[in-house]
Amino acid sequence: MEPVFIIATIIYMFSCACYFGYLFIQKSILQRMAAGLMMAGFALHTVSLVACGMRAGNFPVNNLHETLSVTGWAITAVFLAFYFKYKLRILGVYAAPLITLVMIAAYQMPRPVAQDPQLFKSWWLAGHIITIFLGNAAFSLACGLGILYLLQENAIKKKTRGFFFSRLPSLDLLDTAGYACIVVGFSMITIGLITGVVYAKAIWGRFWNWDPKEVWSAITWLFYAALLHERLTVGWRGRRAAVMAIIGFGVLLFTFFGVNFLLKGHHGTFTVM
Amino acid sequence: MRDIVLLGLNHKTASIDVRECIAFTADETDRALVMLRDNPAIGESVLFSTCNRIELLMAVDEREAALNTAKRFISEFKKVPVSQFENALYHYVGDAAVRHTFQVAASLDSMVVGEPQILGQMKEAYRKATLEKASGVILNKLLHRTFFVAKKVRTETGIGDHAVSISYAAIELGKKIFGSLDGKRVMLIGAGEMAELAVEHLIRNRAGTITVANRTFARGVELAERFSGKAIKFEEIIDCIKEVDIVISSTGANEYVLRKDQIKGAMKSRRNRSLFFIDIAVPRDIDPDINRINNAYVYDIDDLKGIVDENIEDRNREAIKAQRIIDEAVIGFRKWYDTLEVVPTIVSLRGKVEAMAQQELEKTLGTLSHLSETDKQAIKRMTGALVNKILHEPTDFLKKDGCYGNKSASLDLTRKLFNLEETH
Repeated sequence: MEPVFIIATIIYMFSCACYFGYLFIQKSILQRMAAGLMMAGFALHTVSLVACGMRAGNFPVNNLHETLSVTGWAITAVFLAFYFKYKLRILGVYAAPLITLVMIAAYQMPRPVAQDPQLFKSWWLAGHIITIFLGNAAFSLACGLGILYLLQENAIKKKTRGFFFSRLPSLDLLDTAGYACIVVGFSMITIGLITGVVYAKAIWGRFWNWDPKEVWSAITWLFYAALLHERLTVGWRGRRAAVMAIIGFGVLLFTFFGVNFLLKGHHGTFTVM
Repeated sequence: MRDIVLLGLNHKTASIDVRECIAFTADETDRALVMLRDNPAIGESVLFSTCNRIELLMAVDEREAALNTAKRFISEFKKVPVSQFENALYHYVGDAAVRHTFQVAASLDSMVVGEPQILGQMKEAYRKATLEKASGVILNKLLHRTFFVAKKVRTETGIGDHAVSISYAAIELGKKIFGSLDGKRVMLIGAGEMAELAVEHLIRNRAGTITVANRTFARGVELAERFSGKAIKFEEIIDCIKEVDIVISSTGANEYVLRKDQIKGAMKSRRNRSLFFIDIAVPRDIDPDINRINNAYVYDIDDLKGIVDENIEDRNREAIKAQRIIDEAVIGFRKWYDTLEVVPTIVSLRGKVEAMAQQELEKTLGTLSHLSETDKQAIKRMTGALVNKILHEPTDFLKKDGCYGNKSASLDLTRKLFNLEETH
């Protein structure tokens, strides 16, 4: 399904271009085109992933190419969901380039066949992967919303307004949507970790192996748990919540990539290059 | 051929007392339109009167006579001597009148450039004119074109964007912080015209409860009643601040009414929900350092003025773009207007009929190949004669000067009947 993957990537690129056009010239037709392209790209991307999964007979995360592809797909899915829920048009300016970059990176990656296909055939694994990826995608959008929040907050506080003031939505909407992203992301990775632990028991015979990926996942989970806790108790909202969402995403990125490349562990199997 | 003539005065040329004397109420407009319609010197008319301007748009045969008649008419109708308002009057003829009409409708000539009400008022004036049948082919076309141009200016330029008054600027900022002002609770500290205006704007945006704090409690109660809110003692401000979202302050105090440490404490108890301070007082009531607290935003009168000035500049920049749209529209209108001249209409009518005859002739002759050359010539002559006979009466009718009433209407009808192009 190589051609479909490439076409989907190209459509995402066009969507990206439309979003940038929208950012600068503020014509709503561009935004509608961008969102339409995003949906078209998403549909094709889904087809490509399903075909990929059917061919291999398991969930398409056999190598880094497929993993990245699923990452891009998950970000698009979560973005589209939030787009319809909050009518947050401008978020595309962050999401579309991110998705495009992930897709291009995925395209660049070599595609070796998985060493041990048996490892991949499990419903627990499928559940683990879907929830973890959707959760990560939600956190990536929370980070984007955090950045937009800081830009808008800066414009209002400094009283300079400028480029972003009129283009970004209200602080309240950015904050609420960012919070919703974190709640969704947190719920997802919680389920993801539980299914992952169960799967670990099935494969390696133990729930917890002190594998670096497991440790860092736990750290990430605790980080977001703390963030949510503080919001609900003392009211960490606005600027602080935005900053924490950005830092949290940094931790997440390390867990997702850094651990696989810098620290060795059993997750390396899933990001073979 | 009728000329388009515009006679009027506005806030730039006439003082408020002159405008008051000349302004037409809705009833007066109706009566005036009937009188203008029945006046032989004035062909078509539309009368447009607001608190900032009075404009009489006409299509007339004799422009000097019409202008004098119109002046006299205003003077007699409003019982004001001509000398009292004559100096304030301006008049435009032809393209200049068209351009002025476009500019007024697009709100380029308004006191506050870009204000949106004027278009609605103009539409209403035009509706009255059509009801009284005071307007005709020329002004109908002009006004339709005017509304189209005004809409185009509004959608294609940013002339109506952004607030140009202090209280609107504050509302706009509030919306950037809270999204919607629906149900947001407001505290008014002190009183003052501008502060009260801002509160009224907030109420119009469906803000929630209004709390009023005043040093004189009785005055506070009075204001609270007006906004159907509640009054609190001045000492209670800090306790109540955790309940509100927007604070508007306008007291005569010489020192800060609210200090940073007080608000820092209050932010904790309101769990960091955003708090927006609008400080209209001079000297200021609210410590500007409060702006440094997370989720607290302070705008004083100078900040708001800065926004308003910037917005006005933006609008003026957009007005230049609007001017270009209007220039194009004036040229477009001129093209249509020129078609109302007799000669071009006759020429294009003749051209159209001759072309049809020629086409049919060729078709027929093509199927009759057995005809001799002389027969063919005879058929051609007959076709030419037919064309001349058919066109003779209409041409005569159009050439006769004005004796059949409204010539531009006849020309316009001719063009429509034969579907003649507007440009040639």
